[in-house]
Amino acid sequence: MNAFQDSASSGREPAPDPALQILIVGGGIAAQSAAEALRERTTDAVITMVCEEPRLPWDRVSLSHLLIDGGEAEELQLRPSTWYEDHDVTVRTGVRVEALDTAFRTATLSDGTTLTWDRCILATGSDALMPPIPGIEQEGVVAFRSPEDCEAIQAAADGGRPAAVIGGGLLGLEAARGIAARGAKVTVVHLMDRLMERQLDANAAALLAPAMEELDVEVLLSKSTTQITGARGRVTGLEFADGTSLEADLVVMAIGIKSRTDLAKAAGLEVERGIVVDDRLQTSAPGVYAVGECAQHRGMVYGIVAPIHDQTQVAADAVLDDPAARYDGSILSAKLKIMGVDLVSIGAAEGSGATVENREERSYRKLIVENGKLVGAVLMGDIKGHELLLDKVRTAHEVDDALALLAEASQASAADLPDTAQVCNCNGVCKGEIVQAIQDHDLGSTAEVVARTRAGAGCGTCKPLVKEILLDVRGGKVDENTYLCACLKQTREECASAIREGGLESVSEVAAACGTGRECGGCNPALAYLVSEVNGNRHREERHARYINDRVHGNIQKDGTFSVVPRMKGGKTTADELRRIADAADKYDIQTIKVTGGQRIDLLGVKKEDLPAIWEDLGMASGMAYAKSVRTVKTCVGSDHCRFGLDDSMGTGIELEGMLEGLYTPAKVKLGVTGCPRNCAEAYIKDIGLVAIEGGWEVYVGGAGGTEVRKGDLLCTVATKDEAISAAITFLQYYRETADYKERTYTYMENRGLEAIQAVVFDEEEGAALRERFHLAQAAAIQDPWLERRKPVVANQFSELDTDAPVYGLAPVAGDDVVAAQHAEPTMAAASDQLAITYSEPATDPTTGSTDR
Amino acid sequence: MIPAEIAAAATDLASAGWLKVGTVHDIPELEGRRTTIDGHKVAVFRLLDGFAAIDAECPHKRGPLQDGLVADGCVTCPLHDRRIDLETGDVIGHEGEGVAVHEVHVVGDDLWVRLATAVV
Repeated sequence: MNAFQDSASSGREPAPDPALQILIVGGGIAAQSAAEALRERTTDAVITMVCEEPRLPWDRVSLSHLLIDGGEAEELQLRPSTWYEDHDVTVRTGVRVEALDTAFRTATLSDGTTLTWDRCILATGSDALMPPIPGIEQEGVVAFRSPEDCEAIQAAADGGRPAAVIGGGLLGLEAARGIAARGAKVTVVHLMDRLMERQLDANAAALLAPAMEELDVEVLLSKSTTQITGARGRVTGLEFADGTSLEADLVVMAIGIKSRTDLAKAAGLEVERGIVVDDRLQTSAPGVYAVGECAQHRGMVYGIVAPIHDQTQVAADAVLDDPAARYDGSILSAKLKIMGVDLVSIGAAEGSGATVENREERSYRKLIVENGKLVGAVLMGDIKGHELLLDKVRTAHEVDDALALLAEASQASAADLPDTAQVCNCNGVCKGEIVQAIQDHDLGSTAEVVARTRAGAGCGTCKPLVKEILLDVRGGKVDENTYLCACLKQTREECASAIREGGLESVSEVAAACGTGRECGGCNPALAYLVSEVNGNRHREERHARYINDRVHGNIQKDGTFSVVPRMKGGKTTADELRRIADAADKYDIQTIKVTGGQRIDLLGVKKEDLPAIWEDLGMASGMAYAKSVRTVKTCVGSDHCRFGLDDSMGTGIELEGMLEGLYTPAKVKLGVTGCPRNCAEAYIKDIGLVAIEGGWEVYVGGAGGTEVRKGDLLCTVATKDEAISAAITFLQYYRETADYKERTYTYMENRGLEAIQAVVFDEEEGAALRERFHLAQAAAIQDPWLERRKPVVANQFSELDTDAPVYGLAPVAGDDVVAAQHAEPTMAAASDQLAITYSEPATDPTTGSTDR
Repeated sequence: MIPAEIAAAATDLASAGWLKVGTVHDIPELEGRRTTIDGHKVAVFRLLDGFAAIDAECPHKRGPLQDGLVADGCVTCPLHDRRIDLETGDVIGHEGEGVAVHEVHVVGDDLWVRLATAVV
């Protein structure tokens, strides 16, 4: 409901006690923050936001995530669209306020309508500062402010051509890192003699430059750009005052911001660099306020996110006539959001105090003290305790011994933080608010805390602290995503007990008995795994509970086609297999042939209806590269050929892969066997890794080489290959029985601890029982799901109603229960040899499946 | 229904803009399959208590909705987990986004679909 009225309907009678009508001009973080601050204080006021951008308010601070991960702007949306409805905030997107009349209190919009308001908050933000460098108007010169800029940068970076970023501040460095992460050569060009000179002292800046260069970002200091060169209207490079030049096909301007003040200026408000506001954030026009990057308070225009939240809190009070509303300015604090470079700057960067530097660990921590009070901190490499220090700078903490305070900060835990300490700078959330939310709403997981408080929902760097606070408040009793069924809050263990006790054999039986998965169905794949695991693969398979990948045994791609990765045990193949792969690639018009990290070959772009035929032509087993299952065992050549090889890693890997083939697991499991500690097969960073050493083998578990890199924990050192394999399968079975769905071994190890795992795996009785269950499960597993090409388990398993393709193999008889014989079927592999099916001819009668001859 | 009745019903349906897309046995329970009507891709789902049909392409990134998980009257897109209500076509949690919902009719074993746009 929009209570604003067109001025056409003027002459209205004032309603008794009319609700305060508040207009927020803008659709960024400041506008959203203002709306939220107002709604926290009043449910009566009528709030309307007018956003020029065609999208709901989104998190500009996280723009660099968009650049690196290539997501979409909507993924950065600050609040879901339902929030606006739930909080009775009217948002008009894609509409500009063209003019503001502060006397009659109206606003004219670009769609021709007029709004009336009692209070107006300007949150028009800023534009990138584009200095008048000759050549700046050319194609290929962009800012780094919007998703559209991001797309332009991505497109250029993915072309692999060299790029330059002008500006060595926070934004410029994040943009440069984003470009480097996409594989393009990038150079940061900075006018000053050190990076981030406003936030860092010379020492910290001297550490930052090499850290950036390690991330493939070149840094050029003291470079004044005099000309952006180009050819035919497109940028080709930069020329500098010192006569040098740089080649660049893309130039990103990130030297600063320029407040957007045109609307305010036209309305007659006092404007300098920004819209001038007083200590109540009120502009020169009564009833009109300004917040964020468009506002200038005591001569200061803030270009970072944290002050926005300070300002909107005060502005909301002032708008609602709270006489105590008063803003004294914000402490500048900045955190660089670049993976691998930890850097926080708070308040002043220059001055005396205390410094602790560890050159070896490349950490630098400095406090700045003025007149006995803490006024600033610079933390580089080791940013522990920065929340505490921010709070102490904010409160002008008296410092007797700055070194002691530095030591205290580096030891600070969540419990030591005062309630006023700001935990999330992106969304301005203090520890006190988090504690309150946990207590008031009985929050039990980090995800719930993030969802309710928004702490950690921005750049995400504070999430570990949010978790720590949660652990502290709840005395360690936290369940992180441990629900199998989130709707009914049922854990894996509860469901497993129900399955065991009730003798339940299918997903629908569990649903009927416990309601699991009834509400949103999101946990059906997890439940399908659990049912199969508890029943040792002697369950009743229901394919509708499985992801499409597990229904058609391929990995769905973004265009709806599938990838095909045949098994190639230990990464060892033959000329004959390679020939068949090449022929299949030709025959099925494969878009891309890719050698995978797991030492296999991926054929990409296969249509669903072609899957059975390509499998038949390949004549190889499924590599299960689409499933949460045992994937590959990567090997090096080992003692067969390598002059350093200590044992037969290839043979051991092939043997191991053969034993594990076809087993589903809670999350994907990748293995490696390496013939010596040189680790050519990367066994140290696999879920399970075997390493041949002088006189025996080491077994590592819980390694990771993904978003996190983690060396596996040494599970044991044994004398023989057989003992190593035995330890590996015992561990694997324990993981299969106890890990949560999607819990990779590296989180599993961290959650449970190596010693606890060893205690079970190496217990004689329990170990033997685990191995027995492993062998039972293995015996009943489908080793090659691709054999379903000859015996589909459901009607039209690989086709659509409109697919004009031949039907392969048997279609189930109409009306039959759709049941996959998941039981041990030694017949399946053997029988396949006898099934002489000509795949070019359609089945004669799909209803009776008479192709089975 | 006797064959004559089915044949008579078929004539009526065809003249009212319906198209026979297959039989009830062509789609396994709680799964979906795609069909094409007048060049329009439609995903048809077999629910526990009947059938549903919606546009086959997810409004987000054109994911193949017939390949999604079906539960609680919704299908979850296999690409990025958008959930779509099979009765209303709404994308849950994404106001304003949605897909067209088409009519499904079962006569005997035959499955008939009529595009939302074909309804006069």
